Amino acid sequence: MKELDRHYDVIVIGGGATGAGTARDCALRGLKVLLVERFDFTHGATGRNHGLLHSGARYAVTDSESARECIEENMILRRIAANCVEDTGGLFITLPEDDLDYQNTFVKSCLAAGIQAEAIDPDLARRLEPSVNPGLIGAVKVPDGSIDPFRLTMANVYDARIHGADILTYHEVTDFIRSGSRIEGVVMCDHRNSGHEVRATADVVVNAAGIWGHLLAEKAGVSVKMFPAKGALLVFGHRVNNVVINRCRKPANADILVPGDTVCVIGTTSDRVSFDEVDRMDVSPEEVDVLLREGIKLAPSLATTRILRAYAGVRPLVASDDDPSGRSISRGIVCLDHASRDGLEGFVTITGGKLMTYRLMAEWATDTVCRKLGRESAGCVTAELPLPGSEPIDAEASRSTAGEKAAVGRHGTLASRIPSAYASDRALVCECEEVSVGEVEYAVNNLNVDNLLNLRRRTRLGMGTCQGQLCVCRAAAILEKHDNCTDRHLNGIRQFVNERWKGMRPVAWGDNLAESQLTAWLYGNVAGLDSLDDSGEMN
Amino acid sequence: MDFQNENISRYNFEQCTKCTVCTVVCPVTPVNPRYPGPKQAGPDGERYRLKDSVFFDEAFKYCLNCKRCEVACPSDVRIGDIILAARIAHTKSRPSLRDTMLAETDLMGSLATICAPVVNTTLAMKPVKYIMDRTLGIDSHRRFPKYAGTKFVTWFRRNAESLQADYPRQVSYFHGCYVNYNYPDLGKAFVRLFNAVGVGVHLLDRERCCGVAKISNRLVKEATRDAKINLDAVRKAISGGSEAVLATSSTCCFTLRDEYPHMLGLDNADVRPSITLAVAYLARLIESGDIKLVFRDDYRRRIAYHTPCHMERMGYTQYSIGLLSSIPGVELIVLNPNCCGIAGTYGFKKENYQTSQAIGAPLFEQIERVRPDFVATDCETCKWQIEMSTLQRVYNPIEVLAEALDFDATRKANNLNI
Repeated sequence: MKELDRHYDVIVIGGGATGAGTARDCALRGLKVLLVERFDFTHGATGRNHGLLHSGARYAVTDSESARECIEENMILRRIAANCVEDTGGLFITLPEDDLDYQNTFVKSCLAAGIQAEAIDPDLARRLEPSVNPGLIGAVKVPDGSIDPFRLTMANVYDARIHGADILTYHEVTDFIRSGSRIEGVVMCDHRNSGHEVRATADVVVNAAGIWGHLLAEKAGVSVKMFPAKGALLVFGHRVNNVVINRCRKPANADILVPGDTVCVIGTTSDRVSFDEVDRMDVSPEEVDVLLREGIKLAPSLATTRILRAYAGVRPLVASDDDPSGRSISRGIVCLDHASRDGLEGFVTITGGKLMTYRLMAEWATDTVCRKLGRESAGCVTAELPLPGSEPIDAEASRSTAGEKAAVGRHGTLASRIPSAYASDRALVCECEEVSVGEVEYAVNNLNVDNLLNLRRRTRLGMGTCQGQLCVCRAAAILEKHDNCTDRHLNGIRQFVNERWKGMRPVAWGDNLAESQLTAWLYGNVAGLDSLDDSGEMN
Repeated sequence: MDFQNENISRYNFEQCTKCTVCTVVCPVTPVNPRYPGPKQAGPDGERYRLKDSVFFDEAFKYCLNCKRCEVACPSDVRIGDIILAARIAHTKSRPSLRDTMLAETDLMGSLATICAPVVNTTLAMKPVKYIMDRTLGIDSHRRFPKYAGTKFVTWFRRNAESLQADYPRQVSYFHGCYVNYNYPDLGKAFVRLFNAVGVGVHLLDRERCCGVAKISNRLVKEATRDAKINLDAVRKAISGGSEAVLATSSTCCFTLRDEYPHMLGLDNADVRPSITLAVAYLARLIESGDIKLVFRDDYRRRIAYHTPCHMERMGYTQYSIGLLSSIPGVELIVLNPNCCGIAGTYGFKKENYQTSQAIGAPLFEQIERVRPDFVATDCETCKWQIEMSTLQRVYNPIEVLAEALDFDATRKANNLNI
């Protein structure tokens, strides 16, 4: 058992966008912060969604409050997270089988919520986005965009750390330290250190654990009723569209196609699942079929585009607080001070909401924490203060190679810290996504990278068409140089390749299957990783 | 699950499985570190360019367009085409005066043949080479091919055309710029050889440069204009009774067959099977027993054969090797597959000279080591490069066959009484 020396003002549980954002906001307001994550940042719902910078238009008709929050945060994120956001614009298209009258209601509701929605001629829509279903009978232009949740989360973590926060990944909260009706800290299991127990104390503990927050609340002795809703998505091998395409109808399956970085993503489905399933999300053939069938209606060329992988995340839907049956679901933000709600001191839950409103959620949670600590004088600045890397970029001209340009896209102004003086720095590790040796070194030294999976989430290494076939062994060699753990990184390669296969399996046909076969031969047969057991020992 | 069965990518670059064999065989990658290699420049980069054209890299101009990457690719990705298409689509600057001059082979050839001796002497003068190097960026080390005093077409009309209709078979000859303006001897050898086996030779109604130099110098509009003229002429020749349209230059042949549909988007499927290389046509007729070649008893030569890149791309190498080795007195050495480095106009450009010579170096060394009587190859620019970089003379296999042929015996063997 290890007791951390420092006593914190606040411990934030959960390394998604909300947790990272809360840790940053708390740190900016001068609190002593510990951020803990049971695996890696963005491991949960943050890393498993569309990456859509919602304009809010999708909610305008059904939930005007969410729509208003979305458009406000949309405008804020464009300012403070410039290098995570791409201003693609969005279209809501009406197909012949849809009700064109809905378009009027839709535009009116958007305008009422403050969303700049403009009905345009279908011809103009076809020119704006040539991949759009040419049969469309109506189109509305909205300020949608795309946002990279991995970068967004890491920029928050990075800034929290700059402002004094301590960060622990692979630390799972297993229990709470309590004294009477007060939470005074957390008991953690260190997954990287044989499950060793670690304890940390704080005045306030914030539960920002997404769907897992339901289980955490139970551990703390309070009830926050959540409903896991599974959403499956497909990633295509390249960008078919450069403008977000939505269906102009009541939200349904697979009606959003988002261009993000080098790929585009169609989603989602929406199905209630049980808590037993939330840690193992597999995509079924039926889901792939629905996504493809509906996706083709948005952009017909998806039918003949290579699908890279399928994945699914869990939305944490929260029951409205006055409805213990859970029938009334809110998509809005839920911030609970369990002292006033349940008589449990020192415990706050922040949940509901969505990626788009992570900053506002963090603000509300931090406001609550500050109120409890009597530190209300410190105001929130996250709506104005740009995230690290998001300052205006004028360096693009000095970056010549495609790899250097891609790195600027990923890290914004922080890309200037990526070593590039020598040819060996500029050599590519991941060729599909143009990740250089220098970028890997930078990530290892600055972005909490312990293993290959972390590296993927920080840099896009292994996210391209070959899904790690060529880059993962090169990256392992660099990690090995940092800590001499050959065995661990050998096993890391195996885990990485298997994790990639998990996403390829539901779409394993054609070129994708050929690709995965080549990978299997390389790593299984040539490199002999088949003979490693789970602990990384050679059999 | 119908959608899954039908979800096969129609994007050629998505068929890449990242095996990287293209980069292994690329002649440029090992000698020019600025060039990112065919996989990176081709299928990998294409995804980024679809996102934003800022990801286009000017360094793609170092691609030779040799298509060796495409020969090596196990997934039929047209890597060279992807890179060239990206250069055409994304290069911001217009083609320079130099590039336009190098690419306008018809215009330059027509002007130069009017006063060939003057042009030849001038182009070989050191001060002129120096000025071209400094002002135009044409490397002063380069030797320009000499222009002929009389164009091949002029010779043909005067001396050969009227005799052709009497032969039992008829073909049309796509002579190309080099034969017409610089080296009519190859064209003459072609006519003699084909006549000897009973094949009458015709010129196309109109022939323009195949356009390879225009395509690789991004003069797509001009190349398309010429290509349409050529394809119309080919169609007319075929419908007018020619069995085939034959080239003696592997690159002209490759351009007409493959670059037209792939790079210019011109559909040539109706005539593509009829366009082929002279050696391929001959070899097939010999194999089917339709014609026979009889060679001189006194012909003794040690010949080194160099495979041009586009010859390899078409899969025609076997025809030249087969024909040359069928000559009884020939000792044939097939040189290692190695791009000579010139790649048409590429090697003339000052910025490419070093790369060009470095690529060809292993080939030049092997030729010097082998010490043949001469080198044979099917491409004229390979010929210039090897003649400039070694002590050897270089001939087209058609010339070698014509030289080694016993004409009377061949005519007799093919039952010709003309």
